[in-house]
Parts: sequence; C-alpha cells; structure tokens
Amino acid sequence: MEALKDKLESSFIVFENELNGHAQTPVHQKRRAAMQRFEDMGFPTKRDEEWKYTSLKPILKHDYRLFPNEENSVDFSQIKKYFLNDVDAYKLVFIDGVYSSWLSETTHERFDVCTFSSMLNKFSDVANEYFGQALPEYEALSSLNTAFAREGAFIRIKKSQAADKPIQVLFFTTEHGQEVMTQPRNLILLEENAEATITERHQSLSDKPVLTNSATEIFVERHARLCYHKIQNDNGQASLIDNTSIRQKGESSVTLGTYSFGNRFIRNNLNFFLDEEHCESHLDGITIGDDQQLIDHHTLVDHKVPHCYSNELYKGIYDDKAHGVFNGKVMVHPHAQKTNAFQQNNNVLLTDKASVDTKPQLEIYADDVACSHGCTIGQLDDQALFYLMTRGIARREAQALLLYAFANDGLRNVKLPELRKKLNRMIAKKLNVNLDFEL
Amino acid sequence: MLKINNLHASVEGTEILRGVNLEVKPGEVHAIMGPNGSGKSTLSSVIAGREDYEITQGNIQFEKEDLLDLGPDERAQKGIFLSFQYPVEIPGVTVTNFLKTSINELRKARGEEPLPANKLLKKMREKMGLLDMDKSFLSRSLNEGFSGGEKKRNEIFQMAMLEPKLGILDETDSGLDIDALRVVAKGVNTLRTKDNAIILITHYQRLLDHIEPDYVHVLSQGKIVKSGNKELALELEEHGYDWLKEPAV
Ligand SMILES: Nc1ncnc2c1ncn2[C@@H]1O[C@H](COP(=O)(O)OP(=O)(O)OP(=O)(O)O)[C@@H](O)[C@H]1O
Ligand SMILES: [Mg+2]
Repeated sequence: MEALKDKLESSFIVFENELNGHAQTPVHQKRRAAMQRFEDMGFPTKRDEEWKYTSLKPILKHDYRLFPNEENSVDFSQIKKYFLNDVDAYKLVFIDGVYSSWLSETTHERFDVCTFSSMLNKFSDVANEYFGQALPEYEALSSLNTAFAREGAFIRIKKSQAADKPIQVLFFTTEHGQEVMTQPRNLILLEENAEATITERHQSLSDKPVLTNSATEIFVERHARLCYHKIQNDNGQASLIDNTSIRQKGESSVTLGTYSFGNRFIRNNLNFFLDEEHCESHLDGITIGDDQQLIDHHTLVDHKVPHCYSNELYKGIYDDKAHGVFNGKVMVHPHAQKTNAFQQNNNVLLTDKASVDTKPQLEIYADDVACSHGCTIGQLDDQALFYLMTRGIARREAQALLLYAFANDGLRNVKLPELRKKLNRMIAKKLNVNLDFEL
Repeated sequence: MLKINNLHASVEGTEILRGVNLEVKPGEVHAIMGPNGSGKSTLSSVIAGREDYEITQGNIQFEKEDLLDLGPDERAQKGIFLSFQYPVEIPGVTVTNFLKTSINELRKARGEEPLPANKLLKKMREKMGLLDMDKSFLSRSLNEGFSGGEKKRNEIFQMAMLEPKLGILDETDSGLDIDALRVVAKGVNTLRTKDNAIILITHYQRLLDHIEPDYVHVLSQGKIVKSGNKELALELEEHGYDWLKEPAV
C-alpha cells in the first residue's frame, strides 16, 4: 500500500511538470489540494468505519504501471461485444485512459458529448464552476482521482434539450505485460429541463490485474431527468473502485442503476446530494457474485431539504465464496420535513461459504417524514424449487428462474430495451443458463 | 404404467408410508381417500420425487423403469405430473414464462425443438378457454395472490398444457365451488384417454360424481387398508373411516 502511495506521489510531481503553463489554473489548484488530502488520509484501511468490511490490501499490493507508455491499438471487432447492440448511440471510448476518436461518436451540436480534457480546454467556465463540487473531500480515493483528473467523459445536455440517443461511455485497459492502474474522470451536466440516458462500463482486455479508480461528478439542474446505468461485468483479474457523486436541483429526477456481475473486486461509493426541494432519486442495483468475488456497495442519500423522494433497491445473489457488502446511509437533516426515503436490500446466499454484510444506516433528524428500510438474507426456497422441477425444469434452470425472479425488479427503471436485453443476457450467462426469460 | 411395491418412506426418522402397494394401468382412474395425516400427500410427493423423504424399503416403477433414482424433473420428463394440494407461490415468474420454460424443457428432453411463441400462446388460450380462466392470469406471477380455487384451476391448466401420461391430483377439488368443480372435472375428463392414467386424491364423493374412478383405495396410517370400486367411496361417505380401523375378523 505504501509503495503504491509513494509511486502515486512521485508521479503527481511528474504530472505537474508536464502541465507547464497550466499548473496555475483553478482546476490544478483543486488537483493539488486533492493530492494533499490524499497524502494526509492515505489509502483507507479496515480501521476506517467506511471500510471495515473490505480490505484494499490485496488490490494495492500490485506494482501497477500508472501511465502505460506504449499505445496499444484496439480494433472495433475486439470490443464490439461491450457496446449495446442494435442501437444508435453516442460513444465515448477510452483506451488505457486515452481518448480514442476513431472508436467514438461525439457531438457539439445541440449539446456536448466529448472529453473531459477538451472541456478543460474549451469550457474553462464549466471546469471552474463544477469540477470537484460534487465529490466529498473526506473521500481519500475520489481525492486521489481528482488529483490526477485529466481524461474521461464530458457530457453537457443544454437547457431543455433531450439527448436524442443514449450515450455510452467505455473505458478499456489493454495488455501491457504488467499490472495497470487507470483513473478516469467524468463530468456530467444536465442543465435545466434536460434529459439523457447514459451507460458506463470499464473493461479490461488484459490477463493481468487491472485497477480502475474512477470518479464521476453529475450535476442535474432543475426539472432535468437522468438515467445512468453502470455495467460492472469485467474479467476476474480486474478491480474497480467507482466514486460517483450526484447533486440534484429542484424537481429533478435521477435513476442510477448499478449492475455488478464481474470483476475480482468492486467498491462503489455512490452519493446523492439533494440540494433543492421535490427531487426524485432512484438507486437500483443487482449484484451476482461467485467464486471469490468481493462486491461492496456504499451509498449515501443526503436529504438536506424538504419534499424529496428517494427509493433504493439493491438485490444480491452470492454463490461459492463470494462476499457482498451493502451499506446504505440515508441522512434526513432537521429541515428536511416531508421526506420520503425508502431502502431495501435483499440477498440470497447459495452456499455456506458465501456471505454478505448488510447495514442500513438511517439517520433521521426530522419528524414529519416517511422512511422505511429493510434488509433480508435468505436461501433459495426448496418448495419452490421442487415445484418447478416437477414441471420438468432441471435444477439449474429452476434455480436460475427463481434467482432471476428474485433479482429482476432491480431492472425496473431500465427503460432502454437494448440495455434490458443486454442485462438479461448477462444475468442468464452469470447464472449459467440459457433461458429466454422475456416473452 | 405405475407399480408401487411395498413402499416405506420416512421423514426425520418417523415412518409415514408403511408398505404401500398400488398398480395403475393406462386408461385407469384411481381414487385415493383416507383420513387427514394418513400419508396421501406424502405418497404423491414421493412419486413426484420430493427428496425430503427417505425411502427405506420398496420401489416405484413407471413404465417398467425404476423411478427412485430419478430427480423430479426427470420424472416429469417421463410423463408424471403432480397437481399440488398447496401450490407454491413464485413471485416474479409469470405464468407464461413459467409454462414456456416448462414446455420447452419437456420438449428438449424428448429431443424436440422449442415450441414457437405463437403456437404456445394459441395452445394456452385454448386450454384456458377449456378451464374458463381469464387470460389476465398469464401475465401474473405464478400463484402469487391467487385465491385457493384459482390456484387449483391453474394446476389443471398446467396439466392440460403439459399433457402428462400420469396425472396425480392431490385434493384438487378442495376449496373449489360447485361451478369450479364442474369446470375442473370437465378439464380432467377431456384429458382422459386410453393411454394415460389419473390418481385422484380426495376427501369427497362429489368429485367422483364428475370423474368416475375405476378403483377406490383407502390409505390409513401409511398403508392401503382397503380397495374397491366406486361403491366404496359411497360407503365411506356414509360411514366415515372408523369401521375400517377395526381389525378384520
Ligand atoms: N416434512 C415433514 N416433516 C414432518 N412430518 C411430516 C412431513 N411431511 C409429512 N409429515 C407428516 O406425515 C403425515 C402424513 O402427512 P400427509 O401430508 O401425507 O397427509 P395427508 O394424508 O395428505 O393429509 P391431508 O388429508 O390432511 O392432506 C402427517 O402426520 C404429517 O405431519
Ligand atoms: Mg394431503
């Protein structure tokens, strides 16, 4: 851990030197402050309350290369399967942290779908106003990302515009003969009454361990509507730390779905800050872990003002020795009367060795609110399994049918048919069956 | 078709079936009656392949093949169907998706291609018509929130869809009103052919007015203590089971 920290500190100096004239910009001042915070806090350990179930040690022991020096090219045919099929979409594709224009499809016409770096160059007003304004400073890992923030997606949907196509953001890491760490940085801005659907995916094309420490800041202005879906289905060597923070203004609505099936390790730090009244926030998740996977969801919904609605539903299925964590914090501040906050985390364990730590954390300081939470950990229902099997359905398929039925309301806010289909197929594949679920 | 020899089954060390013998031939309808707790549902579950019961003695053959080594799914694939006394609620699985999976798994086991969606829907509509069921059931979660009678009707609907060789109906008549009973009986009767067989487990003569059995058996304390023709059912209706308990002289 210390070795990696040292390495990051020295490469920050190298990074600064490369900036030449840009080292004095407000953006870079924020990076420098973030680096300082990271240096002070260091990598989280199990002594941190927020990290007591999850150790970063096995992830951080590798000697990651921070900036791959040789550029690998990638053919579309190699990565086609990671895109949504049969749908016209804007695409932002990054290979080893570098923007790939020939694989991407961007626009500046009625709104902006381009890169974080071009935002820094072209729209310094946006950078100065929004960069670093959503991610909390107490997070060591998002601070680390902020320190190195230079490339990723920039999406700005302008006032009263609706993105005419879904937007796919994809980050690929290629084979470099050694471990690689990347830190993508995204900024999403929906202006008043704007609308968009965005998917995000990180995919390693390497057999070596890969660590992605991603950070995304999302600003949703009044009356704007955002659907954002994270597909976490990377290979068994890949680790992902996803830091995402969302700020919502009045009457806006955000759905954020997290679909975690792959990776050796996943940690999601997802924060919703509801800054004005009548916001609506939906947090959905389906997690299916097997083998030795560790998948950790930490969420925060921060109700600062009255009359907001949040609804969180996370479903987890754990097989083999997989381990899951769900820590859902809901803060209702003293002024936030008439808050409606619901949270539900349901888990199924398929073996004795699989486990899940689930911790709802409701802190309610207002009295006129409707809040509820529930968490369950159970096994598959033997009676139901027998019933299905007496209809000729083999055990594996019967089990998959029940698990799918258990998990699928996690897809309730996925409106894009192509994405639904893709997620359904991923679930079937993960459950090791070939069932055509939707008729 | 079905041959049960000296079947003993126990659960957690308690013997529930204590030497059941029964032979069912193609085209026959057998009624099994008997007091609560006598082992009727246990017998039907054991035939269908429930694993919670330990078979300590005896065997079951279906079309000359030993059943006890087969899982419930394989038995269904051989043509055995159990209509549950208490059908299980399965939230999130629609009746349509369930039947589609079931039918196609059965077809796969027979080496057939999956049934095209339009044919499947047509067949479903036809069978639902036969059983006087509303097609809104198709998109509902399996048995979830169904009334007692609706669950039973749904069991017979499944039987009609799956066309088994041997149907075991465990108290399908309980909880049905008179009209529903008539509809269900009609459904069962249309499935009767010379090649398939039915075992009816019931407490009431009234079902047997609609579906006439060839044989009536009384199961008591895990054994078939008396067998006869349909007249036996009338006798039971009149005198109850007590007279059977007295040791034969
Ligand atoms: N899984 C089990 N664990 C313990 N006891 C059981 C189990 N299954 C059945 N039994 C017992 O076995 C006996 C027979 O039960 P079964 O359900 O077969 O009776 P039945 O003849 O179907 O009764 P009914 O007419 O009430 O439906 C009962 O005493 C019951 O409590
Ligand atoms: Mg019974």
